[in-house]
Amino acid sequence: MEFSELIRTRQAQAELLSGPEAPALRGTLCVTGHHLLLSPKPQATDLWLLLLRSVDSIEKRVAGDSGTITLRCKDLRVLQLRIEGVEATLDVARSIEGLRLGDAWHFHPLESYYKRVALETDAWRLSEVNEDFSLCPSYPRVVIVPRAVDDAALARSARFRQGGRFPVLSYHHARSGTALLRSSQPLIGPKKLRCAEDEELLGAVLAGARPGAQGFIVDTRSAQTAKQARMTGGGTESKAAYPGWKRLHRPLERGRHLQESFVRLVEACGDLEQSMDQWLSRLDSCRWLAHVQEALSTACLAAQGMEREGACVLVHGAEGMDSTLLVTSLAQLILDPLSRTMAGFQELVEREWIQAGHPFQLRCAHSAFSHARSKHEAPTFLLFLDCVWQLGRQFPLSLEFGEGLLLALFEHAYASPFGTFLCNSEKERCLCEVRTQTHSLWSGLNQSKEQRKLRNPLYVLNPSALWPSVEPQSLRLWQGLFLRQTRPPERSEEVWEKVWQIVTDEKTEDSRPVVSAPEPQP
Amino acid sequence: MEHIRTTKVEQVKLLDRFSTSNKSLTGTLYLTATHLLFIDSHQKETWILHHHIASVEKLALTTSGCPLVIQCKNFRIVHFIVPKERDCHDIYNSLLQLSKQAKYEDLYAFSYNPKQNDSERLRGWQLIDLAEEYKRMGVPNSNWQLSDANREYKICETYPRELYVPRIASKPIIVGSSKFRSKGRFPVLSYYHQNKEAAICRCSQPLSGFSARCLEDEHLLQAISKANPANRYMYVVDTRPKLNAMANRAAGKGYENEDNYSNIRFQFVGIENIHVMRSSLQKLLEVNGTKGLSVNDFYSGLESSGWLRHIKAVMDAAIFLAKAIMVENASVLVHCSDGWDRTSQVCSLGSLLLDSYYRTIKGFMVLIEKDWISFGHKFSERCGHLDGDPKEVSPVFTQFLECVWHLTEQFPQAFEFNEAFLLQIHEHIHSCQFGNFLGNCQKEREELKLKEKTHSLWPFLLDDREKYSNPLYSSSSQRFAVLEPNTVSFNFKFWRSMYHQFDRTLHPRESVCNIITKMNEQNKQLEKDMKDLESKISKHKNEEIDGVLTKELLHSVRPESPTLKTSLCYKEQTVLPVNDTLRTIEGSNPVDNRYSEYAEEFSKSKPAVVSLEYGVARMTC
Repeated sequence: MEFSELIRTRQAQAELLSGPEAPALRGTLCVTGHHLLLSPKPQATDLWLLLLRSVDSIEKRVAGDSGTITLRCKDLRVLQLRIEGVEATLDVARSIEGLRLGDAWHFHPLESYYKRVALETDAWRLSEVNEDFSLCPSYPRVVIVPRAVDDAALARSARFRQGGRFPVLSYHHARSGTALLRSSQPLIGPKKLRCAEDEELLGAVLAGARPGAQGFIVDTRSAQTAKQARMTGGGTESKAAYPGWKRLHRPLERGRHLQESFVRLVEACGDLEQSMDQWLSRLDSCRWLAHVQEALSTACLAAQGMEREGACVLVHGAEGMDSTLLVTSLAQLILDPLSRTMAGFQELVEREWIQAGHPFQLRCAHSAFSHARSKHEAPTFLLFLDCVWQLGRQFPLSLEFGEGLLLALFEHAYASPFGTFLCNSEKERCLCEVRTQTHSLWSGLNQSKEQRKLRNPLYVLNPSALWPSVEPQSLRLWQGLFLRQTRPPERSEEVWEKVWQIVTDEKTEDSRPVVSAPEPQP
Repeated sequence: MEHIRTTKVEQVKLLDRFSTSNKSLTGTLYLTATHLLFIDSHQKETWILHHHIASVEKLALTTSGCPLVIQCKNFRIVHFIVPKERDCHDIYNSLLQLSKQAKYEDLYAFSYNPKQNDSERLRGWQLIDLAEEYKRMGVPNSNWQLSDANREYKICETYPRELYVPRIASKPIIVGSSKFRSKGRFPVLSYYHQNKEAAICRCSQPLSGFSARCLEDEHLLQAISKANPANRYMYVVDTRPKLNAMANRAAGKGYENEDNYSNIRFQFVGIENIHVMRSSLQKLLEVNGTKGLSVNDFYSGLESSGWLRHIKAVMDAAIFLAKAIMVENASVLVHCSDGWDRTSQVCSLGSLLLDSYYRTIKGFMVLIEKDWISFGHKFSERCGHLDGDPKEVSPVFTQFLECVWHLTEQFPQAFEFNEAFLLQIHEHIHSCQFGNFLGNCQKEREELKLKEKTHSLWPFLLDDREKYSNPLYSSSSQRFAVLEPNTVSFNFKFWRSMYHQFDRTLHPRESVCNIITKMNEQNKQLEKDMKDLESKISKHKNEEIDGVLTKELLHSVRPESPTLKTSLCYKEQTVLPVNDTLRTIEGSNPVDNRYSEYAEEFSKSKPAVVSLEYGVARMTC
């Protein structure tokens, strides 16, 4: 999502021809986020610069061990770059191609995440079985699956899972050699159907993990609900069919009840006249913080299964698009230090929520004030953000981003001038041509001038897992969000700014005495 | 020492308070004359001062030993299991004796020796000078004067010797008024607002009954309102609920009748009495001491305890005071029944809102000395320093500290001190380690000769100034001259750092305050280094200009700069380890948290159905 992601190569040796009359310029070619640079001599000060945005079309040709790139600019100039090396030519061309469009849509989090996984283990592969979205309309084109399972088996497993959401890799935990997977419920139904390929898939997961690893299936419904789901064709994995896997039930609230909880909390937060007792009783009865507690402790449980028990964990509920994503994304935040960086967290949201098919259009159609009650709204994503906020409060130094980013994500999920949260799935986004018709929120956020509000000044990389306290005394109402209407945010912003000043030591910038004498040169 | 029968017990288990799986540490328990000490197998020490012990309980014998539960006044709760019942019984009996002393002379303060000589001790006691403080407020002046009426504690035993009253109030009026007030606590100055020329005064309830009057008292009130040239009327604030005040009338006490006093505006603010507060805190502690507490039980418990409602009531009353002075320019007279609990809370908090001086470290000490210690808040009875009437114990001062904490949360830049400072003060109102909070009034303290026999707390806190400083404090900001807190219900939160002070697993794992303080210090150090280097550079430069710079000197300069550089680098490198130690890793371990108990199903090789039902049961209970 950074421009730097699009840069395939940073440097190459090149010769520039600006026209038939002009002399050729030889030197080192550099690709940066916004410019193409050519510096004739290693320490020359007069650089040749081209704004990438001004490139209108690009053409590449390779011959022998060099290549030529023709850049036709919007100001009608035509430039030719002769570059040494075929690979270098192609890389430069691809970088310019990506960057000149000036957006970050070309970023594919799953592929880049797979690159990371591939460095850690070869038990997983990238499958394009869903290339045309025929297997699973809510999955992205590519998914990460066990290497041992072929595409045909995946197709059959998909038919055995609701909405075609067969088990895919969500996170590979290198430290313990285990994996976190997500899916939807198996379609066992009243007849107790089985699917050999589905069983084989989960078996392959255990086989590819650390030797002797067992598996846990965290079902986000109660045992009762999961059993009842059989009547409507769903259900949950039986122990006999999936050797090595054990099931745990952790009911998480979803759908209408979660939305109601949100509405009631916001209602309570808007009432300035209520007495202390009324407020506490409404805070209690809306159950929002109980949902936060349940979500966090389920995520901790999944994370702990991997880190402490060395087990693989599969998370699913019914459709696997709401509470499932809540658990898998939080578990990664707990375990993975990289997902706590600014870029890593954005990647996590993109990969585990947007591409994983959380139906943002349906879930975030209305917020807490609307009287229109359709049954699809649910603030699952907001619940995720709240849990992240709680983590940030308990580990104030370990997240690179601050409350500002969480608030921004909340706002953009419900209404946004950017296309990132549009539609319900990758398939819809492709149909609507979101990529070409809109701008990406990530590039919007990362270019925003208010970086200070989004970033945490106190961040220090914390390589260990974050185990939050889930006791009710440790959880707080997210005031910055729920009380934003009734509490002026200036004061906390001022404090935030002050912390920034201390961290960057700005005060001393002003009070620093001017050094009158330069250091004596020997 | 005669109470101690067993000084050392080995193989004692310390149970984790919130663990549902009876996780414990094993170690040795030592009993000394002043402390109970537990050293666990990791050599971590837990010290418990005998005076901090609020209750000791011996539970029914179990297979692993005899459980002993100790609840402390600083909200520490420890649960030991002593292997032999006999040892447990001995410790139990000793602690019962040691935690409840009958005489002041047996309290820790009289034996505590911080290695100060007598002059240091005296200087410590002189650190806070109330005469100086009244001068800072701007009294005596043309309207207010120092009265010598109570110089020998003749009029009121529970007041200090030096009292400020309106200049026009003569001694007979004061004496007359004091006879009409409960415990002789007649209206006196608590805080004077120099710009507004308005005052906060305090007293106890009038002995008005259903119809009694006292002309002197009426004169004194009039004198107070006349001492304020800006406003004709004054407020009389009765901090009790109206019903309680009316009930007092039947006992010959009561409240001012607006008809009898000219130009007063009478107001009830409805803060409950010490008994209600005591049981409210009791309920609160019961709720949050529950193992496996659910979010809903926590909030319904918080609601039914009423604790935050009481805190809000105190805060609202203080805001009323501040507004009367700032907006209406009116003086205020505050009282409750005896004028030493709710009155102290409201007067001190009101002054804190009005005057930024009280929000500094030193100023806050002055405020406590003035409105709490000197005006006779009965610290010894309220904190149960001696074995006395348990009905006199009440967390009135704790509530005051909590109100201040709420203000620090709403105004993070307005206070020079941080949360640790408030917690430390709370620790010492119960510790009996210093003389400040012993006794119930100044007269009693003088009789105990505390200034000769004990030490004052304040110099020790000032020595640790850095530890108690708020790194975000901005002293110059005019915006925080008068605080106007918002008391909408949702601005009040449960003060976890107070009531779960010792339950480390419940707290944030990393401290922002510490890290910012460290950074600030580091910035200062770097700045200093830079100045040093600059002065060195300019010195060398001057030498060069003077032509003194010879080739030899030059050589001596050059090797120097790399070493300086490395020393700087070294300093930068030390930053990280410092941060690392600040990171409280404690609790940042799945084993310390409750979800770990769920996960124990993981390791059990039970049939899936059983663990499943267990899981459901845990989630629903």
